[in-house]
Amino acid sequence: MKGKVEFRSDWCKGCELCIPVCPVDIIFIDESVTNSKGYHPATVSEMEKCIGCANCGRICPDSIITVWREKRVKKAEK
Amino acid sequence: MAKELWKGNEAMAEAAIRAGLKCYFGYPITPQSEIPEYFSLHLPEHGGVFLQAESEIAAINMVYGAAGSGVRTMTSSSSPGISLKQEGISYIAGSELPCVILNVMRGGPGLGTIQPAQGDYFQATRGGGNGDYRVIVLAPANVQEATDLMRLAFDLADKYRMPAMILADGMIGQMMEPVEWPDEPTPEPIAKPWATTGTKGERRHNIINSLFMEPEACARHNEKLDQKYRTVAANETRFELIGDEEPEILFAAFGTPSRLARAAGKILEEEDGIKTAVFRPISLWPYPYDALYDAINQESVKAVVTVELNTGQMLDDVKIANQGSKPISFIGKAGGMIPTPREIAVAAKEALGRK
Amino acid sequence: MEMDVVYQKSAGLEDVEFHYCPGCTHGIIHKLIAEVLVELDLIGDTIGVAPVGCAVFAYDYFTCDMHEAAHGRAPAVATGIKRALPDKTVFTYQGDGDLAAIGTAEIVHAAMRGEKITTIFVNNTNYGMTGGQMAPTTLIGQKVTTAPLGRSKEHYGSPIKVSEMLATIEGAAYIERVSVHNMAGIIRAKKAIKKAFQLQQEGAGFTLIEVLSTCPTNWGLTPNDALNWLQDNMIPVFPLGVYRDITAEDK
Ligand SMILES: Cc1ncc(C[n+]2csc(CCOP(=O)(O)OP(=O)(O)O)c2C)c(N)n1
Ligand code: SF4
Ligand code: SF4
Ligand code: SF4
Ligand SMILES: [Mg+2]
Repeated sequence: MKGKVEFRSDWCKGCELCIPVCPVDIIFIDESVTNSKGYHPATVSEMEKCIGCANCGRICPDSIITVWREKRVKKAEK
Repeated sequence: MAKELWKGNEAMAEAAIRAGLKCYFGYPITPQSEIPEYFSLHLPEHGGVFLQAESEIAAINMVYGAAGSGVRTMTSSSSPGISLKQEGISYIAGSELPCVILNVMRGGPGLGTIQPAQGDYFQATRGGGNGDYRVIVLAPANVQEATDLMRLAFDLADKYRMPAMILADGMIGQMMEPVEWPDEPTPEPIAKPWATTGTKGERRHNIINSLFMEPEACARHNEKLDQKYRTVAANETRFELIGDEEPEILFAAFGTPSRLARAAGKILEEEDGIKTAVFRPISLWPYPYDALYDAINQESVKAVVTVELNTGQMLDDVKIANQGSKPISFIGKAGGMIPTPREIAVAAKEALGRK
Repeated sequence: MEMDVVYQKSAGLEDVEFHYCPGCTHGIIHKLIAEVLVELDLIGDTIGVAPVGCAVFAYDYFTCDMHEAAHGRAPAVATGIKRALPDKTVFTYQGDGDLAAIGTAEIVHAAMRGEKITTIFVNNTNYGMTGGQMAPTTLIGQKVTTAPLGRSKEHYGSPIKVSEMLATIEGAAYIERVSVHNMAGIIRAKKAIKKAFQLQQEGAGFTLIEVLSTCPTNWGLTPNDALNWLQDNMIPVFPLGVYRDITAEDK
């Protein structure tokens, strides 16, 4: 199952809550970037590993993460 | 319509129902407990909500919530309870919401006495809560007027989006007098597009709030309030001037002491040929300073005698209006005692330097 | 490859930045409320009451109508709103200083009346907004700015347990304590909040969800360490679980 995430980086506070909840460990703080609020924002390293579990999105207190997941072939509706 | 005999507290409650009151929140305290008692039975009959709160603090904050929801709402209490309501009154004023507060005053300070008094004039007119805000304050002198002012209080509160207070002394609340109900129907609720009634997804959210973290924003808000208060002050002063057209003594009194002053005037006229008049502010805020100044500065007036059921509170406003033009004296009693017309007459003669 | 959005900022939240400190879980709790109100299709018929405390600006964050209360008075304000507009959904959002200290009378009596409102009670064991002073919920020994050597039981007694206390009140229809310190907790918290709003809709009575929450700034911890501190120190004193559920009693 593949997923994709997008961070609204200018609103990231670099709090790191999203990092330990990622099951595939791909979120890190990008210290090479400082956003307009003065924080180093979180980002992902290897997007292709993302499974779209949305853990990062659910825990982010600032709601800046959007998560996509590959469309599954749905079973017929009951 | 025919006149009916009503007890003041119940008449004021009935008047509020006729003015379209939807939600009442209160807490028992003498000498106004007939008001929540009356509402508990009769407000639901008219589709309204009566709720006895856990405290005056809760009651006024319930009023705050209901006022934000756009309905006509009020609370009533007596002096110590009104002290507890000051927090909420400040928030309601700061959030520009309409509501009515009825204070049937008793003697203070502290627990004081349950007998009638006027010791809450400062609290009502100078603002008992924090910040630069005003409350429209109306003071009836008889039961009929108390019912008329109730309707006016709701109308003014809605018109200016601010709290309006009826400041009645315990005498008004407790006495029985004839009342003639005006032949007007209960008004239709006015549109309140600012009210928090649910967005229905059709508009941006409404916010009821008095917090402005940026000092510039808070200053702007205060200026806006001040502008409003100036408009109210320019348009909504009310008073009554009755008695001789060329009085030597001008009594200044609000509420029931104005009636004592008139009785004193009769004694003075009959026994000493002294002509008197009574200036009675009906709106205590805004105070009718200009009208009182004019009344004082009639040529005939030699002295001003202020009569209050306190130790001299409205006296400050009389002095402001007087602008040093005539001598002012004061007669009053606090703590539930009432000066007799005879005592007031004696004080007036003393003011004229006569025995 | 076609992809579905599986998570995004709730439509129940305004498109504005939160002012909360980095990693403060107030933000998580806000989202859960917003998500629930949108999922239940109530957001257009809801009036929220914001507290005095760090969440004071909640009125700017939710897309529903909002009313800012005085410190501790949110349940009274919510009562006024609900009694004026009985068909609307009304909630209060309150901190532990707001609800369990200055506003104790208001919350107890709202519960007693069975006021059909939902209270989201955010317990972070201190007065966050004013700089980390002692709250009624501060743990024994916890250092706060008005008890710098730690809360002393002798001097201040023990932390108040709001859910347990309110669960004794008949007017309360649903009381649960949840926590947002991990993913399972967040999912459970959302379920609880949803149940509370559903019961409000059904007119069941007063509902309150106590949410254990972090205050990394005043606790002097990183946001992730604060989550661990909550788990290790708060949950033993404030056990999670359903404290009152009148729907269960029916069964
Ligand atoms: C009447 C009044 N007293 C005190 C304050 C100051 N004050 C603001 S927030 C607060 C405490 C908030 O703590 P809590 O409710 O726990 O919320 P938190 O900030 O922790 O989320 C206090 C005491 C106030 N605003 N009004
Ligand atoms: S959606 Fe899941 S897998 Fe993808 S980045 Fe977020 S936490 Fe990691
Ligand atoms: S949880 Fe949100 S704010 Fe915190 S680091 Fe991750 S993306 Fe940034
Ligand atoms: S002070 Fe504490 S509770 Fe307040 S926003 Fe910061 S971390 Fe959150
Ligand atoms: Mg707190």
